Amino acid sequence: MQSEKIEALSQELLSAVAAAGDLAALEELRVRALGRKGQVTELMKGLGQMSADERKVAGPALNQLKNQVGDAISARRDALHGAELDARLAAERVDVTLPVRPAMSDGRIHPVSQVMDEIAAIWADMGFVIAEGPDIEDDFHNFTALNIPPEHPARQMHDTFYFPAQGDDAPMLLRTHTSPVQVRTMVNQEPPIRIIVPGRTYRCDSDMTHTPMFHQLEGLVIDRTTHLGHLKGVLEAFCKAFFEVDELEMRFRPSYFPFTEPSVEVDIRCDRSGGELKIGEGDDWLEILGSGMVHPRVLSACGVDPEEYQGFAFGMGIDRVAMLKYGIPDLREFFECDLRWLRHYGFAALDLPTLAGGLTR
Amino acid sequence: MKFTLSWLEEHLITDATVDQIAETLTRIGLEVEEVWNPGETMKQFVVGHVVEAKQHPNADRLRVCMVDNGTETVQVVCGAPNARTGMKGVFAASGTTIPGTGMELRATKIRGESSNGMLCSEREMGLSDEHDGIIELPEDAPIGQSFAPVMGLDDPVFDVAITPNRQDCLGVYGIARDLAAAGLGELRAFRPDIVRGAFDSPIKVSLDLFPDDAKDACPCFVGRHFRGVKNGPSPVWMQRRLRAIGLRPISALVDITNYVTYDLGRPLHVFDAAHVTGDIRPRLARKGEKLQALNGKAYELDETMTVIADEAKAEGLGGVMGGEESGCTETTTDVFLEVALFDPLRTAATGRKLQIDSDARYRFERGVDPAMVLPGAEHATRLILDLCGGEASELVIAGSPEVPAKEVVFRPERTATLGGLELDADRQAEILETLGFGLDRGDPDRWRVTVPSWRTDVDGEADIVEEVTRIHGLDEVPSVPLPREHVISHPSLTVGQRRVPRAKRALASRSLVECVTWSFTSSSLAALFGGDRSLLLANPISADLDEMRPSILPNLLAAAQRNQARGFPDLALFEVGPAYRDMTPDGQDIVAGGIRVGQMVGRAWTGGARAVDVFDAKADALAALAAAGAPVDSLQVVAEAPAWYHPGQSGTLRLGPQNVLAWFGTLHPRVVEALDVKGPAVGFEVFVEKTPLPKAKPGRAKTRVELLPLQAVERDFAFVVPKDVAADAILRAARSADKKLIDGAEVFDVYTGTGVPDDAKSVAIAVRLQPRDRTLTDAEIDAVAAKVVAAVTKATGASLRG
Repeated sequence: MQSEKIEALSQELLSAVAAAGDLAALEELRVRALGRKGQVTELMKGLGQMSADERKVAGPALNQLKNQVGDAISARRDALHGAELDARLAAERVDVTLPVRPAMSDGRIHPVSQVMDEIAAIWADMGFVIAEGPDIEDDFHNFTALNIPPEHPARQMHDTFYFPAQGDDAPMLLRTHTSPVQVRTMVNQEPPIRIIVPGRTYRCDSDMTHTPMFHQLEGLVIDRTTHLGHLKGVLEAFCKAFFEVDELEMRFRPSYFPFTEPSVEVDIRCDRSGGELKIGEGDDWLEILGSGMVHPRVLSACGVDPEEYQGFAFGMGIDRVAMLKYGIPDLREFFECDLRWLRHYGFAALDLPTLAGGLTR
Repeated sequence: MKFTLSWLEEHLITDATVDQIAETLTRIGLEVEEVWNPGETMKQFVVGHVVEAKQHPNADRLRVCMVDNGTETVQVVCGAPNARTGMKGVFAASGTTIPGTGMELRATKIRGESSNGMLCSEREMGLSDEHDGIIELPEDAPIGQSFAPVMGLDDPVFDVAITPNRQDCLGVYGIARDLAAAGLGELRAFRPDIVRGAFDSPIKVSLDLFPDDAKDACPCFVGRHFRGVKNGPSPVWMQRRLRAIGLRPISALVDITNYVTYDLGRPLHVFDAAHVTGDIRPRLARKGEKLQALNGKAYELDETMTVIADEAKAEGLGGVMGGEESGCTETTTDVFLEVALFDPLRTAATGRKLQIDSDARYRFERGVDPAMVLPGAEHATRLILDLCGGEASELVIAGSPEVPAKEVVFRPERTATLGGLELDADRQAEILETLGFGLDRGDPDRWRVTVPSWRTDVDGEADIVEEVTRIHGLDEVPSVPLPREHVISHPSLTVGQRRVPRAKRALASRSLVECVTWSFTSSSLAALFGGDRSLLLANPISADLDEMRPSILPNLLAAAQRNQARGFPDLALFEVGPAYRDMTPDGQDIVAGGIRVGQMVGRAWTGGARAVDVFDAKADALAALAAAGAPVDSLQVVAEAPAWYHPGQSGTLRLGPQNVLAWFGTLHPRVVEALDVKGPAVGFEVFVEKTPLPKAKPGRAKTRVELLPLQAVERDFAFVVPKDVAADAILRAARSADKKLIDGAEVFDVYTGTGVPDDAKSVAIAVRLQPRDRTLTDAEIDAVAAKVVAAVTKATGASLRG
């Protein structure tokens, strides 16, 4: 009799669990069945009044009933939970094709800054440090100390910006090249010297290929033994590293600068066919820098004994090499601040050039 | 400097090809800019035979010509008066482009008669300005063949860029000498005939009018009188060469001076003796003295200029240009030749002051070979007599062409130790000797080198090294790496220099776009940004770039305006570069400046759109400062900024009253309006170099981090304070209430309105307590809270909001 009753209750409760429509109904059912005064609990309380034999049979049966019902409720709860979550998630669907929040658009690093960082990385590897000097210079540092006396024809080639003369002194000027920093460095520092000088330079000239302000990179090595062969060696190494080509034919041509002797202009092999410039191939030459062994008169003017010390200097246009490397067609656009241009030719903040990680992404 | 192959071959015996010559020129420092062969470019223009020329039926001035072009006979309508039966001319077929006009020829009908080509004038062929008739070729010109060889036009032209130090190569002879040294042939030594004078010159020359301090203005003047000359056109060979290099033949006498200028680099002048009054007495010009020059322009001279004067007046500007009145004409019969030396500096200054560019000035300001005065005079004499007839006087010589020879001590080992080129001593000697240097190799380690008179640029050992390496070939100098100073290279930027790239990248990472703008700005804009006109340029490139910028902001705002005009209303731009205070080397600051204009967050489906405000600029400034290494947490923020900021929405970040690191704020509406920018606009200026450098430490180890196991507790307070109390004052007071327990305090709300008096505001702050050794009891927390309230009340007069 007892076992039939248990069996009936079991069927009743299990079908009720299966029928529970939501978590609240299920909980109510749980209390009704397994709570302190629940049906199963009440039956179990009755075990105490039973004989030992009856208890032997009813005890395990009731325990089984309790576990069965408990497991069924728990399974049903999980199922109801899952269904409820599914329903909520379905209601929470969004259109993921919508654009993201516009809070921060991409910033940009100007190609000139990027190329300066590239240049610094390369020259650091050859033991050069960066030196700097003022944009507003005097006649001595920009010209006289560099073996360009007054009336020298080279002065006329420089298209200098001047400030009004004050008193009898030669007027102050905007440096026409970064070479005055050579002078400042040699005056203030004992050799050996290995510097590069990136900076703004100025010439009173404006047309398709000239802007009144541009950027130059100066290099200077002064010690007891550096000769023209070293100049060729480092410039070849620099150009290959900068343009990221292993084979780059270069041409060294005798030339003239007042502050170097011998003076050398440097061309790189390029291809201009098809309206596109390719570095390192083709049968054309492109002039990229001027250089030479520092003129003994420049050393003397800077208080360096030319009998004891010698070395080389070079100068090149940073904007120009940036144009060449990155295929930027027009120099004037560098300074126009056209947002479209800056976004297109500019670099991401995290594109930091290193020799280990590569200069260019 | 241009010359033709045949001209070069007058001085150089060579069988080198045009390509070899061009390549060698560039290799030895005479950079070839262009080589072209007019014969090649004119190949399609052929000798045409006018079989018949008859009157055009419908036009008086036109003729209808039947022209045999070698393959067929075509009809051509021609307007030239000299087109006639039997002549030979230059025929251009339909479809060719006429060099002188750039027009493409097409078969056409002219007044009813078909015309299939053209008979060309010299102007149409781009040969000269001659356009009175068509070119007439000799009777034996081969019909149907290119006309260029017939006219001697198949002579390749070289255009070479001569560096300012190489005046000796401003003559074909000098170029030939360099090529000979480079092994490309043999130089034909220049040995002019010495012409014996037939009479004494009636015109004498004296240089005694120069004051003592200007004797060098014209150290030497050689003259020669000629009588009975006939100044017709110069011979065809001379005209061809002059035309080939772009000079217009004028008359034999003028052409001779031009020819010798380009042949020997030796400018000359020829006066019409009939217009010379008395003797020639070169002198300094008088202030205000006038001269009508050969270019047809009148010049007013001053006492810094050298004139060739006779006893009446100035007849020419020494070394620059002759005068018009004493110039030679077709009727000239007696002339006076001038071969002189002029001071390079004075010549350059005169030419520059009067803005006269001439072939003579170009050479004299670079230094003409003093030893070439007498040979040049003799050579010109020979040409005048040959081309114009007449007879020559004895030479008139004033001053001395003698210049002491320069001697340089040269250690041949320097070619290796300076030039990087290991070269046999004999080879070095060979190079120098072919270039005309004299050698005394008595001491094998220290040669005494005599510099030839034409090499005014050479005066030191380094110059000699250059000569040897240049001629032997820079390509032969082996490339050598610089010895490494350290196995692993060191940074190239000092700690201080690294602030600049770091600030740039920090700003770019905050969505600002980097610009590079001019270091100049317009003085009217500069005035709005503290410019005081003390840094105005004397020769600005344009009126709106006339002053060094006192701030980066005006240029960035101008850039913003341009971009707004292109349809970009919202902008975030920055630049890290110089701003200028004065002309001293320390008078420029590296400033990281930036602006934000328009919306900070744009319209979006997510909402949250808002305009830029002062706190965006403040955040940018703090980010740049942090990147540059400034102690951002200990900066003072004060509500002061320069006049270009909004007085109520701007501030200064500083370490002390004397150490301002940055300004930020809403930009003053007056400034924004002046730049025509559609606001709102905010900006910042960070003085990158003012950020203190980190203290030098022996190692790179950081301080130990303290990771306390106890949970931190946060308590909120709302204070009612007078409106002018700075939030910073509340925070400082709160933080200092219990330095041991209080870990931080931040503002999370500012409220004005209902419940707060009109002249007050409610500032809500969250204070974070970090227990150190045990969990805090409620009583302990309450005690700290009371201390916070007391401290804030005492410092700011605040009351706790009920």
